[in-house]
Amino acid sequence: MRVKPYNKAFMVIHGTLLSLVLLTVYGFYSFDYKDVNFVEASIQTLQNVKMMFIEPHFSHFTFQEALYQVAITLGLAFLTTVFGAAIALFLGIFAAQNLTNKAVSAVIKGVVAFIRSVPTVLWVLIFAVAAGLGSVAAVIGMTFHSVGYLIKAYSEAFEEVDKGMIDALKASGAGWWQIIFQAVLPSTATYLVSWTFLRFEINFAVAVAMGAAAGAGGIGFEMFMASGFYYDIQEVGMITYFILIFAILLELVATRVKKNLKTAEV
Amino acid sequence: MQVDIFLKKKLHNLSFILLLGTAVLGAIILTEYDVAKGFSSVPAAIQWALSNFYPDSESMEKFPDIFEKLVETVLISVAATTSGAALALLFAIAGSSTTQFNRFLGQVSRTIATVFRNIDMAVWSMILLFSFGQSAFTGYFALFFGSFGFLTRAFIESIDEVGDSSVEALRATGAGYFSIIFQSVIPSSISQMISWILFMIETNIRSATLIGILTGTGIGFAFSMYYKSLDYNAASLVVLVIVAAIFIIEWVSNYVRRVIL
Repeated sequence: MRVKPYNKAFMVIHGTLLSLVLLTVYGFYSFDYKDVNFVEASIQTLQNVKMMFIEPHFSHFTFQEALYQVAITLGLAFLTTVFGAAIALFLGIFAAQNLTNKAVSAVIKGVVAFIRSVPTVLWVLIFAVAAGLGSVAAVIGMTFHSVGYLIKAYSEAFEEVDKGMIDALKASGAGWWQIIFQAVLPSTATYLVSWTFLRFEINFAVAVAMGAAAGAGGIGFEMFMASGFYYDIQEVGMITYFILIFAILLELVATRVKKNLKTAEV
Repeated sequence: MQVDIFLKKKLHNLSFILLLGTAVLGAIILTEYDVAKGFSSVPAAIQWALSNFYPDSESMEKFPDIFEKLVETVLISVAATTSGAALALLFAIAGSSTTQFNRFLGQVSRTIATVFRNIDMAVWSMILLFSFGQSAFTGYFALFFGSFGFLTRAFIESIDEVGDSSVEALRATGAGYFSIIFQSVIPSSISQMISWILFMIETNIRSATLIGILTGTGIGFAFSMYYKSLDYNAASLVVLVIVAAIFIIEWVSNYVRRVIL
């Protein structure tokens, strides 16, 4: 057997790689470097990074306050994930092609694609005009994006439900809600939980960023103050350690949860 | 007996809901989230957006300016993703348990990738802003570090999915390390990897907006400039331009994925 070496997939793979490299080269050529001396700035960055991570300290707040600020960020991420999951669970059912009619599914999916393509920070800033800067705008704006992400994930999980199972329940006279609660949700629960956890992990990082960019409070805001107002690199280092530890903890928990789910399923 | 099962299930569900409710309440108090305002702000925001947040003829004059910023942002995202992917490939080969040449080095490269992945791009951009200022370097390196960390994990998963069987088969025939990598590992996982790279470019354009707001570069800077000067018509044009760009990239990557996967 001889495989044709120049099939379409081969051409597309090489075309994609080539265009990525060309765009990258053109990009490097066209960037606005603003006369920054690359070597000097790199050395300075390395020195900064060294100072950050080797000599971190607190100057404008204490250890307890830092923990409290991380807790606020976690709280923002948690609220966003819970609200997002609740709304997405409901709408995700209507977005799954096998559970509703095609038109409803297409409309929801189109709207969701639009919501997802707008960066989270823009949603937060748009809501901030109506609600003022703070936790309300941050949570609502972040929820918008979470809903978009989770509806896509959930509805794809629902669409993979075995058609025979739904048909069997239909034949035995089960109503639509019974099919949802007795067949669709139980058989997709593992996917739903792992997607939701993954989103919680993402939302923590987003909440840090929103604290910095949209005044949502929490550890991100402290970081923004330390770097933008006090120019205190060592404090930035301390805050980075805090964020890093919590992010890695979340990742470990998420991996653990996914593993547990996989073994529970089998 | 059957009753017991249902009772147990009910109790289980009830305790889960109670736990979740308590946690939500705790988070609401902690973050000083105003629930009533949360509900009322959604219709208020929609009403405001309908009456203020749309591009008008005046803002269309700023389109060339905005478009130029968009191209810059897209190019930075692509450049950061591509170069990040090249480095990530090296680290993934060194870090995957299938292809690592040394257990210790494997652990080291996985740890490095974990650290880079978990320091958020927003954090990187604030660190880099100290020395690189408002130049393209700041955004580029922030995206580069983030992409590198994420893609290393994704690539390791792609390589592991290919499995050891083909690697073992080649090893049994006496193939050297590099011929195993170039003849088996990379060819069989390249389409997965391209799919991840395309996903990363999409994500990076969105992150670039955030980094731009924080560091004053690219399309994010354009948005925050118009937003802060209350020129909401121009700001909405920026949003639409970003959405259009992401739709086009999503469309291209869906096409590529359909052909290669």
